Amino acid sequence: MATNTAVAKQQKSWRIYGRYALLMLVTLIVVFPIYATVLSAFKSGPDSLDHPRSLLPTGLTLDTMRAAWNLGHMGRLLWNSLFVSVAVTIGVIITSVLAAYAFTFINFRGRRFVFGFCLATLLVPVEATVVINQRLIDSFGWKNSYQGLIVPLLATAFGIFLIRQVFMTVPKELIEAASLDGVGHFGLLREVAMPLARPTLGALALFTFLGTWNQYLWPQAVVDDQEHRTIQIGLDALRSADINRFNLITAGTVIGALPIFVVLVAFQRQLVRGLTAGAIKG
Amino acid sequence: MFRRRGDGLIASAMLAPAIAILSIFVVYPLGRAVWLGHLRCDATGRKCRTSGWMQYFDVLRSSDFQHALKVTFVYALLTVPAGLVIGVGLAVLADKQIRGIGFFRTIFSSTVATSVAVASLIWFVLLQPQVGLLPDMLSMFGVMKNPGLLNDAGTALPAIAITSIWANLGFTFIIVTAALQSIPAELFESAMMDGAGGWKRFTNVTIPMLSPTLLFVSVVLVTRAFQAYAEVDLLTKGGPNPERSTETVTYLIYGQTSLVKNDIGLKSTTAVLLFVILLVLSLVQFRSLERRVHYGN
Repeated sequence: MATNTAVAKQQKSWRIYGRYALLMLVTLIVVFPIYATVLSAFKSGPDSLDHPRSLLPTGLTLDTMRAAWNLGHMGRLLWNSLFVSVAVTIGVIITSVLAAYAFTFINFRGRRFVFGFCLATLLVPVEATVVINQRLIDSFGWKNSYQGLIVPLLATAFGIFLIRQVFMTVPKELIEAASLDGVGHFGLLREVAMPLARPTLGALALFTFLGTWNQYLWPQAVVDDQEHRTIQIGLDALRSADINRFNLITAGTVIGALPIFVVLVAFQRQLVRGLTAGAIKG
Repeated sequence: MFRRRGDGLIASAMLAPAIAILSIFVVYPLGRAVWLGHLRCDATGRKCRTSGWMQYFDVLRSSDFQHALKVTFVYALLTVPAGLVIGVGLAVLADKQIRGIGFFRTIFSSTVATSVAVASLIWFVLLQPQVGLLPDMLSMFGVMKNPGLLNDAGTALPAIAITSIWANLGFTFIIVTAALQSIPAELFESAMMDGAGGWKRFTNVTIPMLSPTLLFVSVVLVTRAFQAYAEVDLLTKGGPNPERSTETVTYLIYGQTSLVKNDIGLKSTTAVLLFVILLVLSLVQFRSLERRVHYGN
């Protein structure tokens, strides 16, 4: 009996070791591209070319990062991405809250129709509208401008729908009480609805920011000058900067990825909660 | 519900910004594209003549569109099943509450932090025959040829697919992990009582309970495959040519060397066809979300 449990125990611990070994192996595979990229970003050009196989962190230098920063106008690119993403995020929050409030708390004629109209836009992907929007932005004189990058993104059906879901959980009695007390719409919005929606607003802000920051097709369609390029489309320029220095690209990639990495580490829990809330609960 | 005089006015004012943006930049462009889809235009886009509504079918049947569609399908086939299997495998592997598991979960979720552009550039360097570390390893197995995986018509699309699988791994891992944690432990316990081994529990409990999630994730991944643009633009520009081996539908419309680049009519036709494909996919996605809700209850 005693030996049996000892054997079972041993078997169990071997199984756990096996799992750890497998986890470590997979970790190496998943992390390898990131490791190799970061490493080469901190090596000088010829060094990484001479010893492509050397994966050891030796001969590290900041020169490549500095060169990539200057050659790639990284400061400008990052600033553009930040400015556009923050502006879009603030805009989406405002338009979503206002529209969601009207849809939830105000009984007006045609409400169902207008809501259906908003919801239907959820089905239209960017890839279908860029053809025309590109010309539209041109005709507004907004090519190569922040307006062109920002304005078309200032409202999303997703945002309206998400905030409305939260507003709908406000108890009827609370609304009636507020109404009897003579609290107006903006009072109700400020005192009751907004505090309730705060966590969801955080999630919406996070996803809008990430989505805007990571865009590729739209910025490429409206911008072709150095001044307004965002980081996603601007990184490409480093490839043509010096054909023989691949680690200029890796350095630029590291610089471009870093801000989002920081955001995600800071908001990891919200991100996971947001992703799974959409997927699991529907 | 508030009912006061002037409510209609207030509601209009609150809705105006959102409705204006959505009308001008989503609904109008779509309608306009559907209309332009029956025209052929010159490079300026001002001189257009009708080509008939059959243009939609003509484009659909054209060898260029068929080719792009085929590339996109193959791309989806290369990325979705593999991405799903690897994602589920990692999630199951990291599902046990053992010490340090948080570290591994963070690592496996980490690629969610990379944008398509960043992931593409990471792999662009890795796949270069002169520098990349991967070719060195692959050459040991005799897989690697000199022009590099991205410049070989036979391997370019699979090479992009690897990038995409890696980049989407974090997303799949996060969603499947959450779904695994929501499976009631009693189900596993009773399966164990019935004498079901590890593999049997996986096929008889885990997979059925995960199936709505797997459907959802696959639809998202298929949609992403059909939207593939940045990775193609950064890695191959639709090439290598003349085979155009990586020209996806989205790249056919927006790529630098796009065949329809200078004809806003044909460009619209193709964009509307892409919209219809993505529309079908979104509807499937909504259905999968609905099913998932019923499952949860």
